[in-house]
Amino acid sequence: MSATHFVDDTTVLVGRSMRHITRSLDTILSVTIMPIAMMLLFVYVFGGAIDTGTASYVDYLLPGILVLTVVMGVSYTAFRLFTDLKSGILERFQSMPIARSSVLWAHVLTSLVSNAISVAVVVVVALAIGFRSSAGVVAWAGVAAVLVLFTLAVTWIAVIAGLSAKSVDGVGAFSYPLIFLPYISSAFVPTDSMPGPVRAFAEHQPVTPIINTIRDLFAQQPVGGELWVAVAWCVGIAAVAHAAAMATYRRKTA
Amino acid sequence: MSTDTAIRVQGIERSYGDLHVLRGVDLEVARGSIFALLGSNGAGKTTLVKILSTLLKPDAGSASVHGFDVLTHPADVRESISLTGQFAAVDETLTGRENLVLVARLRHLKHARRIADDLLTRFQLADSGERRVATYSGGMRRRLDIAMSLIGDPPVIFLDEPTTGLDPQSRAEVWSCVRELAGNGTTVLLTTQYLDEAEQLADRIAILHEGRIIADGTLAELRRLLPPATVEYVEKQPTLEDVFLAVVGAH
Repeated sequence: MSATHFVDDTTVLVGRSMRHITRSLDTILSVTIMPIAMMLLFVYVFGGAIDTGTASYVDYLLPGILVLTVVMGVSYTAFRLFTDLKSGILERFQSMPIARSSVLWAHVLTSLVSNAISVAVVVVVALAIGFRSSAGVVAWAGVAAVLVLFTLAVTWIAVIAGLSAKSVDGVGAFSYPLIFLPYISSAFVPTDSMPGPVRAFAEHQPVTPIINTIRDLFAQQPVGGELWVAVAWCVGIAAVAHAAAMATYRRKTA
Repeated sequence: MSTDTAIRVQGIERSYGDLHVLRGVDLEVARGSIFALLGSNGAGKTTLVKILSTLLKPDAGSASVHGFDVLTHPADVRESISLTGQFAAVDETLTGRENLVLVARLRHLKHARRIADDLLTRFQLADSGERRVATYSGGMRRRLDIAMSLIGDPPVIFLDEPTTGLDPQSRAEVWSCVRELAGNGTTVLLTTQYLDEAEQLADRIAILHEGRIIADGTLAELRRLLPPATVEYVEKQPTLEDVFLAVVGAH
């Protein structure tokens, strides 16, 4: 199967799943409701009691909320893949002369687009409640790049979940631990306020360097070494999850 | 292999864990014929179809479709076949036309839209082509499903229980479409648990029972497996149903 087939087939299949998204925009909006609610809750209820050392709590909070948005958003990718598997359309695609991996890549690329839309919605709400950043185009592009890498990494985890789930209820279960990660990170409070072991976990799990990097980019601070730690986590997770997803996919047809 | 043979299966075995679904299946399907694989639920019909359509690998044995070995040349097999699975594999969010265009594009055909329009007309779906498939009836879905399988004119078509769950009228529509296919020279392998379906459609019928083919022949040949009709009050030819139950019971 040639490379041009892969590109053509992936393009056709991305077109298909993008139609799924544009025809159910409510799913994208419902994905953004939880992070927006969390943001409002923390800014207007808890935030006043949290000392972050920054002037505005929403400025501190937004990077973590964006990470949370992506983590919640990718569960729809798992759901769409599971639906394809159960409806038999995945089998139809696999019995056709197409590049087989294009089926998975189409879902992953669609996840990037739909999460970009969700993130944009959340940023607009944040701006409306007072988020301000002096970041220029380059810094915003940097934020986008970090989020794209992070979305890629967690989407491949979602692909594994979508391919191996036994029931619709099981599809979303994979995302619970992922959703929990931002809570034990620098997303809501600075890690130095946490007791020893918790702090050690918070500072060495993947989400914290990602959030700190985005925060520094927004604040026009030098990003330093944490950027590379964040990138290494994302690339590492994406590589391992991609390999595991492909193995799961092949096992489905063996 | 003879050029008149479209599908050849030799000694195919396949297990799921301890469950021996296929225990050495042999069969041959002549080019341009309708071949019915008859069996109860769980007899292994779907497993065999999945092996022939390269979705599943056999544990033992060999099979070739349209002259290509399913293990060594799966890509060539996929170029030559079309699979209509047990459940209508259509995209519910898309319209009927979009489903057809999708498959035509994935088969790298030019004029995908024209192909879609032709098929919508041929399968009496022209009026519903712009509607989402989620609004279709079971019969319409099945027709769309089969229409999707015809795109690219594959020489061999697998229909796995094409009429399960359909009302009698939709069933008749599917039957006439299968006959039309065979009339145009396409080889059709269909699985069914309905005996009258095999009786109505098939040139040859094979009965799959407990992982083996226990009878294989034309309807007339299968009838001869039973003792000649006896004269009682009424002379009655054994129906295929009688043959099926008798041969299944004997094993």
